[in-house]
Amino acid sequence: MSEPHTVTAYDDELRWLSRRLSEMGGIAEGMVADALTALINADTALAQRVISEDLLLDQGEREIYEKAVLVIAKRQPMASDLREIIGSIRIASDLERVGDLGKNIAKRVISIHTMAQPKKLVRGLEHLSELALTQLKEVLDAFSSHSAEQANSIRERDEEIDAIYTSLFRELLTYMMEDPRNISACTHLLFCAKNIERIGDHATNIAETVFYVATGQQMTVERPKDDESASVVADPAE
Amino acid sequence: MNMMSDAATEKAVNAPADEPVIKMRGKDVCVFYGPKQALFDVNLNIRENAVTALIGPSGCGKSTFLRSLNRMNDTIDTCRVTGDITLDGEDIYDPAIDVVELRARVGMVFQKPNPFPKSIYENVVYGPRIHGLVRNKADMDEVVEKSLVRAGLFNEVKDRLHEPGTGLSGGQQQRLCIARAIAVSPEVILMDEPCSALDPIATATVEELIHELRENYTIVIVTHSMQQAARVSQRTAMFHLGVLVEEGDTDKIFTNPDDPRTQDYITGRFG
Repeated sequence: MSEPHTVTAYDDELRWLSRRLSEMGGIAEGMVADALTALINADTALAQRVISEDLLLDQGEREIYEKAVLVIAKRQPMASDLREIIGSIRIASDLERVGDLGKNIAKRVISIHTMAQPKKLVRGLEHLSELALTQLKEVLDAFSSHSAEQANSIRERDEEIDAIYTSLFRELLTYMMEDPRNISACTHLLFCAKNIERIGDHATNIAETVFYVATGQQMTVERPKDDESASVVADPAE
Repeated sequence: MNMMSDAATEKAVNAPADEPVIKMRGKDVCVFYGPKQALFDVNLNIRENAVTALIGPSGCGKSTFLRSLNRMNDTIDTCRVTGDITLDGEDIYDPAIDVVELRARVGMVFQKPNPFPKSIYENVVYGPRIHGLVRNKADMDEVVEKSLVRAGLFNEVKDRLHEPGTGLSGGQQQRLCIARAIAVSPEVILMDEPCSALDPIATATVEELIHELRENYTIVIVTHSMQQAARVSQRTAMFHLGVLVEEGDTDKIFTNPDDPRTQDYITGRFG
């Protein structure tokens, strides 16, 4: 937003959307980080708090949606303004999904906190979540600074998350095959890993939206994909 | 006749199948009002069977350009036009051109509905009569009905064709003016803010009409409503301080314009 609008109330409305979105981003980030801390420390109280925070994101998404519809009706936005408003709606729904995924991890913490968890796997998850959180943080920065360049590099890095997820997937399978008593915990951890990988995908979605808002162009269709877990099978002969 | 077929052959040879046909071509157009220059080297092509919207802040030269397309500027003594404007390749500023005939081919609809103080029927039939397009009562009845039907007005006025045109509502009057413009079978219709004096419903009717007329006519419209330009046109040209800033597909101009002046204007940031 270089020049201010002739109608200053219009600028206030756009600023409101962007501020509310940043708040949602902060909450989503916090939820995911807390969910992982809760998982590592088997902290059910913290997990419970994460679960209750999800309501804030649902409310944020609704408010942004309603405000955006109102601004479109009142101002009939064009060009960069229109892209920004439509972008806000899309990003709000991505952030709301991130919150859901964080909440889902927190729920699993409550289910498995009494079970023994392989330390190495939990560390792997921690690393995965750090990457996803960095992506999320940076994409929110890219949004507030309208940086197409930053958005582009975020999308490139999603590959790394996918690769780590695939290797975690293999490890979890191995643990389950070694000892069937691991299956319950490992299955939950597998879903946690999948959730984190999905959070990375949402960060990528947001990066694509930011790129479009900033440039008016869509990113190229091909997106780096390295999640090969769909083709991983456990070989009983091993 | 020979020239026509030559032109047609040339068109067929030079233009690939999906290449748009250019109906009017403006090249290095400058317009002066006395010592003051209002347009600077405008190069703008008007595509056939498309709606071209001219947008820009007041005083940017969009109406001046529109009016130079059928030499309406000739009516202003101090006005001088340089550069080339062609209609189907023919220079419209050629001294040999019959201006009355030119204006029959390039019709105009104005901002305020301005029906003649005559009956609805007379309003429509006036043009065809002075251009010798109708010979008898049957011809006249036909052209009146056809034009009013095309303008989407016939059903509303068919029982009162001999009542004054000025007795109609604003929206109906504007459609009457459009019927009057198309009665002489023009090829191009110029519209100078045709909806600015109309309510939203009458505006919608006229926009629907523009949409339908596009099939048979080439339309150039000046509008101050960005939304209207985005709704009715396929091509948009943005003017600022007498200069053509940017011209392109309407879909692109209103979502992702190239020029920052266009961006500032259409988003409401112009100082």
